Amino acid sequence: MQTRREMLGKSATVAALLASAGMLPLHAQAAWPQAAFEAKTFADVMKSLGGNAPVESKDVTITGPDIAENGAVVPVGVSTSLPGAKRLLLLVEKNPSVLASVFNVTDAVDASFNARVKMGQSSNVFAVAMMADGRVLFAQKEIKVTLGGCGG
Amino acid sequence: MADPMRIRAQMQGDKAVVRVLMSHEMETGQRRDAAGRLVPAWFIQDVTVSLNGKAVLTVEWGPAIAKNPFLQLNVKGAKVGDKITVLWKDNKNDTRTDEATVS
Amino acid sequence: MTRRTIAALAGVLGGGLAGILAGAMAGGLALLGTGAAWAQTKSAADGIAEYRKMLEDGNPADLFEARGEALWKRARGPKNATLERCDLGKGPGVVKGAFVELPRFFADTQRVQDLESRLVTCMETLQGFDGAAIARTPFGRDEQNNVTALATWVAAESRGLRFNLPTGNAEERRFYELGKRAFFFRGGPYDFSCASCHGEEGKRIRMQDLPLLTKNPGDGVGFAAWPAYRVSNGQMWSMQLRLNDCFRQQRFPFPGFGSDVTIALGSYMGVNAKGAQSIAPAIKR
Repeated sequence: MQTRREMLGKSATVAALLASAGMLPLHAQAAWPQAAFEAKTFADVMKSLGGNAPVESKDVTITGPDIAENGAVVPVGVSTSLPGAKRLLLLVEKNPSVLASVFNVTDAVDASFNARVKMGQSSNVFAVAMMADGRVLFAQKEIKVTLGGCGG
Repeated sequence: MADPMRIRAQMQGDKAVVRVLMSHEMETGQRRDAAGRLVPAWFIQDVTVSLNGKAVLTVEWGPAIAKNPFLQLNVKGAKVGDKITVLWKDNKNDTRTDEATVS
Repeated sequence: MTRRTIAALAGVLGGGLAGILAGAMAGGLALLGTGAAWAQTKSAADGIAEYRKMLEDGNPADLFEARGEALWKRARGPKNATLERCDLGKGPGVVKGAFVELPRFFADTQRVQDLESRLVTCMETLQGFDGAAIARTPFGRDEQNNVTALATWVAAESRGLRFNLPTGNAEERRFYELGKRAFFFRGGPYDFSCASCHGEEGKRIRMQDLPLLTKNPGDGVGFAAWPAYRVSNGQMWSMQLRLNDCFRQQRFPFPGFGSDVTIALGSYMGVNAKGAQSIAPAIKR
């Protein structure tokens, strides 16, 4: 009869084997982080994702237009030049759902991603890097949203 | 089954720049239809990008991602002829997989 | 900041902003006297241009293009046939270059037709669909979605080419004149015509510049920019839908899908745009 320790050790090995064979999602079948996606503030998002208090950093970059003609589609980019980023997050401060995206970084990709968000109004947009050593770093940018006129 | 994605994967230096356009409504669940009823939330929650069958990126999305979502990433260690596969799953457990060859 | 400087800058940025500035200066706003405040106002137009540029790569119109191409090549309808023998004006099955020569006269239907009415003709004759039923279907539903997707792909096959509508046929010239009359025809409760918005240089609605359509408004502008994906509603808009919505905004009655007046307006704008480079399918607010 296996001890619990033996069994855990074995399943960890199996998991590692499966992961290296690319057959496990990289964050080990974690459920979609509902609490994080339903949090209403930057602070609450970070609290529900764990990690230390976020610190502003020049080594994290948020890119995007200064003005979005329409808030329905706003192109933004998050990146960090630092090695060891585990997750990159994209947040829109004034949105009803603040957390827009979680990128789970691996060695096989640059820690640099572009996506498009919906913005309900002019707002600060945050790029957050959750580092392997526990540091949480962020950058912010204000993006103004106009509604624009009809047609065109 | 949703419309196919458009995936472009082009070598730039030693990395493949992968650009994906997905066809999806990305309903927030906050919008009301013409009759005033709330349109239920319907959006892509998980995206997995693989290089030659091995996952290189997973992404979790919320409804704040724009309709017909766009994703761009750089895959290291890719070369011409490699296969990029993108899989998405939405909150109704609908999925879609498409692939492209790195050029 | 002198009036002359403002006028010079107006040439660069378009009349609207200069109007605001001139008015503000006349109103004696000290704010505009400082260089920093001027830089802020100037970047609004630049900011929008930058935003539009950022969206060009990865235009969701690509998704409709892909659907359109698949629809062209798929056997469908009561006759279970593809559209690959459809004649868009350059011969059966010739798609490249067809978009920039439409609307034009077709001998088989004895009509001047635009892209979408011609696609419906082909869907009828080749595939057995009911063309009248498609025309009655609202935009965004059923076969209308397919017509939009097909139009998006056909337009994409002429991307970068320059408009060169034929006018050798008497009907083509008649439709041009009809289109011109329709363009300047004022009606509805606001007494609007197309020319109310598109008949003068330098007009805009809030942040949207309105192209002058009585002549060639330039590459990728006006007639040369549709079909387009509209990010504000996530919809693919064909020229028929664009015209339909113009009519709606003028408080005109529904013009009818593929009706003579919509085709005539297309002829008017298309002939005026001779030499302009098509960027369709484009991306719009």
